[in-house]
Amino acid sequence: MLKIQNLHAQIEDKPILNGINLTVNAGEVHAIMGPNGSGKSTLAATLSGREEYTVTDGTVEFMGKNLLEMAPEERAREGVFLAFQYPVEIPGVSTINFMKTALNQIRTHRGEAPLDAVAFLKLMKEKMKLVEIDQSLLNRSLNEGFSGGEKKRNEIFQMAMLEPRLAILDETDSGLDIDALRIVANGVNALRSKNNAIIVVTHYQRLLDYIVPDFVHVLYKGRIVKSGTKELALELEEKGYDWIKAGLATV
Amino acid sequence: MAKDDHIIQEITTKEYEHGWVANLESESAPKGLSEEIVRFISQRKSEPEWLLEWRLKAYRHWLTMEEPKWPNVTYPAINYQDIIYYSAPKKKASPKSLDEIDPELLKTFEKLGISLTEQKRLTGIAVDAVLDSVSVATTFKEKLGELGIIFCSFSEAVHEHPDLVKKYLGSVVPATDNYFAALNSAVFSDGSFCYIPAGVRCPMELSTYFRINAANTGQFERTLIVAEEGSYVSYLEGCTAPMRDENQLHAAVVEIYAMKNAEVKYSTVQNWYPGNKEGVGGIYNFVTKRGLCAGDHSKISWTQVETGSAITWKYPSCVLKGDYSVGEFYSVAVTNNFQQADTGTKMIHLGKHTKSRIVSKGISAGKSQNSYRGQVHIHKRAVNARNFSQCDSLLLGDKCGAHTFPYIDVENDSARVEHEATTSKIGEDQIFYCQQRGIDEEAAVALIVNGYAKEVLNQLPMEFAVEAQKLLALTLEGSVG
Repeated sequence: MLKIQNLHAQIEDKPILNGINLTVNAGEVHAIMGPNGSGKSTLAATLSGREEYTVTDGTVEFMGKNLLEMAPEERAREGVFLAFQYPVEIPGVSTINFMKTALNQIRTHRGEAPLDAVAFLKLMKEKMKLVEIDQSLLNRSLNEGFSGGEKKRNEIFQMAMLEPRLAILDETDSGLDIDALRIVANGVNALRSKNNAIIVVTHYQRLLDYIVPDFVHVLYKGRIVKSGTKELALELEEKGYDWIKAGLATV
Repeated sequence: MAKDDHIIQEITTKEYEHGWVANLESESAPKGLSEEIVRFISQRKSEPEWLLEWRLKAYRHWLTMEEPKWPNVTYPAINYQDIIYYSAPKKKASPKSLDEIDPELLKTFEKLGISLTEQKRLTGIAVDAVLDSVSVATTFKEKLGELGIIFCSFSEAVHEHPDLVKKYLGSVVPATDNYFAALNSAVFSDGSFCYIPAGVRCPMELSTYFRINAANTGQFERTLIVAEEGSYVSYLEGCTAPMRDENQLHAAVVEIYAMKNAEVKYSTVQNWYPGNKEGVGGIYNFVTKRGLCAGDHSKISWTQVETGSAITWKYPSCVLKGDYSVGEFYSVAVTNNFQQADTGTKMIHLGKHTKSRIVSKGISAGKSQNSYRGQVHIHKRAVNARNFSQCDSLLLGDKCGAHTFPYIDVENDSARVEHEATTSKIGEDQIFYCQQRGIDEEAAVALIVNGYAKEVLNQLPMEFAVEAQKLLALTLEGSVG
């Protein structure tokens, strides 16, 4: 589904990603871990097409297409979803209105007719249950005055609505208490299928107790320096990142 | 000044003697403004003597006035002698089908979802549809007539309901009120008249759309709305389709008179030609709009969506004379490219327990300048008056400007006046967030702008609101990125 080869990216003149190689197949969940400043969020931003990040080398193939050539909205329409670390507030625009606009643009892209109000509402009600989100929250201005937990739940609700092929969760666990974390993780797990894939970007092993990954990768200084299965996350939790850094230094 | 007046009068009377009358059959007046022209207009319209006198008084006063310099707008000096102040409805060759119309314009119509019939009407194509629209108008008129509601062109009102016109004309905006109002009073061509009898709730939105004598009256238009005790009317002005007009200067006047317990809601969508992307051309829209809440518990509410014109100079105001009367002003003003807008409101509190509410949303893009100018005046006898004002500015890009000029005069200690103002920019973060959900940049801007203007758009009648939303998006097309 996703094939990243030798990806280099920079912001302004500062190189952040220095040759990422990663292949993600349908049905897989990959966790990307790493210390602060290792390039985790940059990877998420680069894949979703954030303008400030310039790709200087490498290729990214998504469903057989060159992802890097696409505008951010095209990537989204092709099925790339980013759950934001810091969801953005849009005053006066309800989540419902926002989702309706997004969903219909995506449907148009796929050559499908826009959903009518009744069908949309039905879909929404169904997805609301997944993340235990209340409709009153969805009627309010998008993310405005939402608590940290509400914002993250709203991100997963949007993911549920748009049914992406590839979802990238950028530190979705940050700022969540244990109950909110459980709800968000349950939502994500309910959306796992053999047809889609998920990349979980996180600092901590905690989230991975709930969203169990098939693969764990450690990102350090813009490269994936270690890959393994879920046991790797536990090892990191125990030993910290210094263990990786030390290992690299001796090489 | 008096001497000037005298001389002017003398000269003009002389010329008049020489027989302007002979020219009466001509289609248009020659360029320029003089007392003869004012007489010519009045005569062409077979107006009664009192109205001619009223026009002349306005004209003579206008001569003593100076064009206001205080608005935050710049434009080359207007040559008032280079304008044709009267021309009969044109019978020039009209296009025969939509194939002859500028495809760009048709594209805009399509985006606004304007029906084919309506498109033809707007572009001046002579078809049966025009007849249809007249008959529709007639049907409505009959229905309104049963309720005693008068809704007709200003000219018709002058002849059919002279007492009403005489009583209320200039009662809210005196002929000498300001430079452009005086000019309008002297030379107004036509407009609308609306009268709602006591206790009648007008069952439909009255719209200039159904005005029969609409042709060529846009330049110096005059509207008078009188709402008798306990009546209600919602009035819509304008059109969301881009209106092109060869007349650059527009100076309209709207007067609203509300008696005890009456309520008037006046909604405008203004989309005059704003000039091209380089700032060439476009309409100067210098409008005076004022409502008088004459009776206790009366209410006047202005809602405007201003997207067009090269220059907008417009302050729909409320004079709250009756006790417990209420004034409201909801505005969205959008400027793009080189447009300039100086718009706002005046709320004059005279009566006790009067309330006013101002919600102004400015949106600037391109190299445009957008100013809010508002005055809240609490008179010393206005006990317990309350005002709430909110003035927000939204900037798109970094070459435009937003300005706020609030004036607050409070002469009574019991008043409560609140003012809130914000300035914000559409963030790249917001646009990217939308894009990441599959929404393209233009749709994202439209979504964000409509969200920002929602409080005002909600005040518009439903169909108007939908059109206004599309219009906002269209006006800002290509303004980001």
